[in-house]
Amino acid sequence: MTAITEEVAVREKAMRAMRGRQRMNSIIFLGPATVIIVLFFLLPVIVDIVIAFSDMGRDLQISKFTTRNFERAATGDRRLPKVLFLTLIYVGATLAIFNVTFGLVLALTTTALPRGSGGFFRTIWLMPRMSPSVVYIVLWQWSVHSGDSSLVNQILKHVFGAQENIDLLSNSPVPLIILANGFIGASFGMIILTSAIRGIPDHLFYAARCDGAGSLAIVRHITLPALRWPLTYIGIWQTLSLMVSFEYIILLTGGGPFQDTTVFALYIYRRTFASGQYGYGAALALFLIIPGIIIALLAWRLTNMKELLQEPRIEVH
Amino acid sequence: MARIEFRHIEKRFGDVMVIPDMNIDIPDGEFVALLGPSGCGKSTSLFMLAGVYLPTGGELLFDGHRVNEVEARDRNVGIVFQAYALYPHMTVRENIMFPLRFKKVPPDEARARVLEAAELVQVSELMDRRPSQLSGGQQQRVALARALVKQPQLLLLDEPLSNLDATLRLTMRSEIKSLQRRLGVTTILVTHDQIEATTMADRVICMNKGEIEQIGSPDDLYLRPNTLFVAGFIGSPPINLVDGQAENGHLRAGEGTFDVTGSLPRRVTVGLRAEHMRFGDAGMPGRVRQVEPMGRETLYEVDTDIGTIRVLEAGSTAAHRIDGQVKIAFDRGDTLIFDSDTGRLVPDAHFAANGSA
Ligand SMILES: Nc1ncnc2c1ncn2[C@@H]1O[C@H](COP(=O)(O)OP(=O)(O)OP(=O)(O)O)[C@@H](O)[C@H]1O
Ligand SMILES: [Mg+2]
Repeated sequence: MTAITEEVAVREKAMRAMRGRQRMNSIIFLGPATVIIVLFFLLPVIVDIVIAFSDMGRDLQISKFTTRNFERAATGDRRLPKVLFLTLIYVGATLAIFNVTFGLVLALTTTALPRGSGGFFRTIWLMPRMSPSVVYIVLWQWSVHSGDSSLVNQILKHVFGAQENIDLLSNSPVPLIILANGFIGASFGMIILTSAIRGIPDHLFYAARCDGAGSLAIVRHITLPALRWPLTYIGIWQTLSLMVSFEYIILLTGGGPFQDTTVFALYIYRRTFASGQYGYGAALALFLIIPGIIIALLAWRLTNMKELLQEPRIEVH
Repeated sequence: MARIEFRHIEKRFGDVMVIPDMNIDIPDGEFVALLGPSGCGKSTSLFMLAGVYLPTGGELLFDGHRVNEVEARDRNVGIVFQAYALYPHMTVRENIMFPLRFKKVPPDEARARVLEAAELVQVSELMDRRPSQLSGGQQQRVALARALVKQPQLLLLDEPLSNLDATLRLTMRSEIKSLQRRLGVTTILVTHDQIEATTMADRVICMNKGEIEQIGSPDDLYLRPNTLFVAGFIGSPPINLVDGQAENGHLRAGEGTFDVTGSLPRRVTVGLRAEHMRFGDAGMPGRVRQVEPMGRETLYEVDTDIGTIRVLEAGSTAAHRIDGQVKIAFDRGDTLIFDSDTGRLVPDAHFAANGSA
């Protein structure tokens, strides 16, 4: 062999080794995430689709494949419209009032306070999120139950001199589940928006003040425009999570009284596991999964998540 | 337009004393530079004028009226921040328009003023761009237009040229200067660049660690620095500083001895500007250690009996080579003698004779 071919051989060997290393690295870094996505997302979705087109019942047996479940969802389920309407109200109101608006108000007010007290109030609003959901709901139940000893009734009696107890759990369960979820949801927006506000360079606020802007004008012209992407992100993320979670509802009202607080996700859960209609439940679940995936993908395209996460930093000097 | 006075202004952040006692009087229409090293409290002083920071003591007067408690938005001060602080989501037009929104200016007049300000700093072609689509120099002009559009009584510039390249800095320097002349607005320029300060301003305020070292015309600061700090800070290349001892009309520095006039403290520091040194037939003998051609001039470092002395000579071609033997001469009037302990100039002290060992 000549020296030149030897050199080429050595180089090729090095290249091969490098390519091998790259492949190895990609497996090491992407492997776990890929496995998790396949195991806990892709596979369940496929299983769900298969079951949705089957007649699986309480015995977990599939005897034939059919589209009957979808026909039933479209025409034969009289409760479904009511459930969907309630879900719309629940998601819309929780999102609009608490997760976005109240989260924004919390972020704006606590960042305007001195650091110490701002942090204090933020911690208070984080507590519901940090405490176990059962404990949180027990507190709610203690606050609103119909007896003499509930917080609401105590206040009504001693502060407002009311004669009779009120029973919020029976009379206004929907506002109650919105409140219970909203108190938790607000802290998510609060945290993201707080850091986004912190990311706005101080000199922009100084400049606005020197230019004659008052506090409200500063919020409107400086802070809010900088929060556009974080707000979009919070809106999308929280829509998705409100649509699929029913943890606090099932603990607080159990979906009742009657079916008054049974949102779509809870309805699917009940149909599937309580009444054993696995096929029908799986078909309904598709109506959660598919819009969820579409919204998530749209969000990815629309907001360009990468830019969103970096944007506040660009202006910092 | 306004006359600006600092009266015993003090500023502390918690326990940190940043400005202990500041006294300045700036007549209406003057262009002053606030010059000092990083962290000496220049921006802090500016922010107090703008109303962004509150002084913790003393009085701030605009035209004789106390403004300590006046809010930033009611002061009518135009400010260009070091990082420009353009509003990122607004176009150039909206940025310049922004201060007028809060002034109840009729829309027609507002539009006219925005256009006028934009033309003044030559950004009228860029009106629909966003700050991120502008170069550093363009952003700086827009920031200037935004500061000028409200017809401020005081214009504050916080290191406005520090982000620009050398040529652009030169143009902007003269543009800002002539603009200020034309508008006649009282202007304070913050900078740590002595050339910027001395070329642009009528008067220079030299600061160090929150204290004013000297206020004076650029010439004053250069020719008659009050303190060692000012002498060292102003002038390029830096002044030669030589430590010595004074005794009975003699001054000993290194191996050299000089006759001096005036009453001197014991420990002194002699300041000799490189551009006042020259090579001659007679004078202090030395050996060239380093030669640095700098275009129109050449800078030499010469080892002498009193230490290493920088000599700046006109001419691009070096007249002397490294290791060459030279003699350094200077005029006695150009010597500055400072008290080493207090750092202050000893005003009546001079060398008795022109420089020679
Ligand atoms: N908000 C603040 N809290 C505490 N200390 C501060 C604050 N702002 C400034 N300082 C301190 O005050 C001193 C002066 O700061 P200032 O920003 O006025 O310096 P400067 O002269 O403008 O410097 P530079 O040329 O680097 O901009 C610094 O030591 C700084 O650490
Ligand atoms: Mg500064």
